[in-house]
Amino acid sequence: MSITLDHVSYVYSQGSAFERPALTDICLTIEDGEFVALVGHTGCGKSTLVQHLNGLLRPSSGRVIVDGEDINAEHADRRQLRQKVGLVFQYPEYQLFEETVAKDIAFGPRNQGLDPDEIDRRVRLAMEMVHLDYQKYAERSPFELSGGQMRRVAIAGVLAMQPKVLVLDEPAAGLDPRGRDRILGMIKEMHETRGVTIVMVSHSMDDIASLATRLIVMRRGTIAATGTPREMFQQTALMEEAGLGVPACARLCHALREKGIDIPADLYTQEEMVAAILSRWKEGGHHAE
Amino acid sequence: MLNNITLGQYYPVDSPVHRLDPRVKILLAIAMIVCVFLVGNLLGYGLILVFVLFAARLAHVPFRVLMKGLKPLRFILILTFLLNLFFTVGEPLWSLGFIHITREGLRQSIHYSLRLIFLVVSTSLLTLTTSPIQLSDGMELLLSPLKIIHFPAHELAMMMSIALRFIPTLLEETDKIMKAQMARGADFESGNLLNRAKAMIPLLVPLFVSAFRRASDLAMAMEARCYHGGENRTRLRVLKLKKGDLYACLLMALLIIAVIVEARLVPGGLIL
Ligand SMILES: Nc1ncnc2c1ncn2[C@@H]1O[C@H](COP(=O)(O)OP(=O)(O)OP(=O)(O)O)[C@@H](O)[C@H]1O
Ligand SMILES: [Mg+2]
Repeated sequence: MSITLDHVSYVYSQGSAFERPALTDICLTIEDGEFVALVGHTGCGKSTLVQHLNGLLRPSSGRVIVDGEDINAEHADRRQLRQKVGLVFQYPEYQLFEETVAKDIAFGPRNQGLDPDEIDRRVRLAMEMVHLDYQKYAERSPFELSGGQMRRVAIAGVLAMQPKVLVLDEPAAGLDPRGRDRILGMIKEMHETRGVTIVMVSHSMDDIASLATRLIVMRRGTIAATGTPREMFQQTALMEEAGLGVPACARLCHALREKGIDIPADLYTQEEMVAAILSRWKEGGHHAE
Repeated sequence: MLNNITLGQYYPVDSPVHRLDPRVKILLAIAMIVCVFLVGNLLGYGLILVFVLFAARLAHVPFRVLMKGLKPLRFILILTFLLNLFFTVGEPLWSLGFIHITREGLRQSIHYSLRLIFLVVSTSLLTLTTSPIQLSDGMELLLSPLKIIHFPAHELAMMMSIALRFIPTLLEETDKIMKAQMARGADFESGNLLNRAKAMIPLLVPLFVSAFRRASDLAMAMEARCYHGGENRTRLRVLKLKKGDLYACLLMALLIIAVIVEARLVPGGLIL
């Protein structure tokens, strides 16, 4: 199942004195099974873009095509669409409302009209996926959990709908390193073992480096560049122009090469970097200074 | 959904009228209301009309926007007009069966309708050109002499500014939560009344939770910065009267004099 954006533009408060263009002429295809990272400076329109993917915002012009169908057409089935494309908002913990964790997670499946047994099965599965113990948490109030736990409950609420494409808007924002690793690990697992297509908005280049198969760089409402992380992280200048950095390892790699140390130019993960430096060091041992 | 909500009526452009001191504008609006009540005949309304149009022009407020304030009042306007037209006793002009239209009736219905229209338009002119925050600032300063009798002018204005400040935030939040629940398949738009009311729960609970959280955070932050109302507070935006304010007052004085003189010279019943 692929998602295509065909010349999509979006203007906030169109026709009023507060008119504000947020997206201009976006063309983009997300293929089945990809892990796409959407990056860009704050206010460049990432959140606006992801809300188009499941029809929460209608483009001011252009079309959004999911699975071969224009989702904003007259006869389009919104409910079906939201079942296919699950969207986790920025700070999703603020959308919890039920008395218990299990009930809150069941909200989505219940709206899908599933029968109680299936709902229960999905709630358990979703909680397992976000590593929340059913026995311990199902009957707790979501409001007495920690921030990171609340966020996992909220994500489980979307996972329980079993979407084929999972869109996450800064899922790790404001979490401590451990909470962040948990969430990211969980997303990685979803992608690798369940084959869910992932679109993730993120500010952390280091997170993206280890996860994404493709990077989309946005700048002021347009797509500035797209490519694999390896391709993108070599273009330090372009990334910086978009108000972004590159992962710490890519920076280190760049700096070492400028000093005349001969390592490959396209390193960006920690493992690669360590391996390259080690092998250089061993070679250096032979030449003996 | 919740697009296109602008706070109050404020029409955000830069103009000499927008730059006037809010205190002056509030007083001018009150003067204008008095003026509308002083008018005795159609010519008087003509004077006011000229003034309003001139002010709107100066404020860069389009006529269409100015008239928008009248829209919610259209039924009241029509009702006022008809009731006065049919139920005022006096010298009959025209009658059909039990319906009589009298000279006095015609006069009164036109009078009252115009009065209502100008009241709304002139107060709209105030709210269109003054941001809510400026308005509450102006109110506070105008009411501050009443502090002598322990009227909580500052506290009231502070509450008003805070409420105003958070309306857009809450609207944004509502929009966000609504979207988040819609992404989970919630349906706010169809179904009967009971279902729709039930569908609001997933929206209202998080909204209240966050409103209370915000309120308590704000109170804490204000305390932490040693806020205490009233006495000895200085302000960030110090309001100062400028030349423009003087001219505006002069113009208004001119209008009032013109209206009074006109009402004296041209007897009430003469024009209509
Ligand atoms: N509801 C809204 N009404 C009007 N303008 C908006 C609204 N939401 C966003 N914008 C504007 O649209 C632009 C894009 O906003 P968006 O939220 O998509 O940015 P973003 O890339 O997600 O930023 P961040 O990284 O800070 O989350 C911004 O300039 C913002 O000011
Ligand atoms: Mg965002």
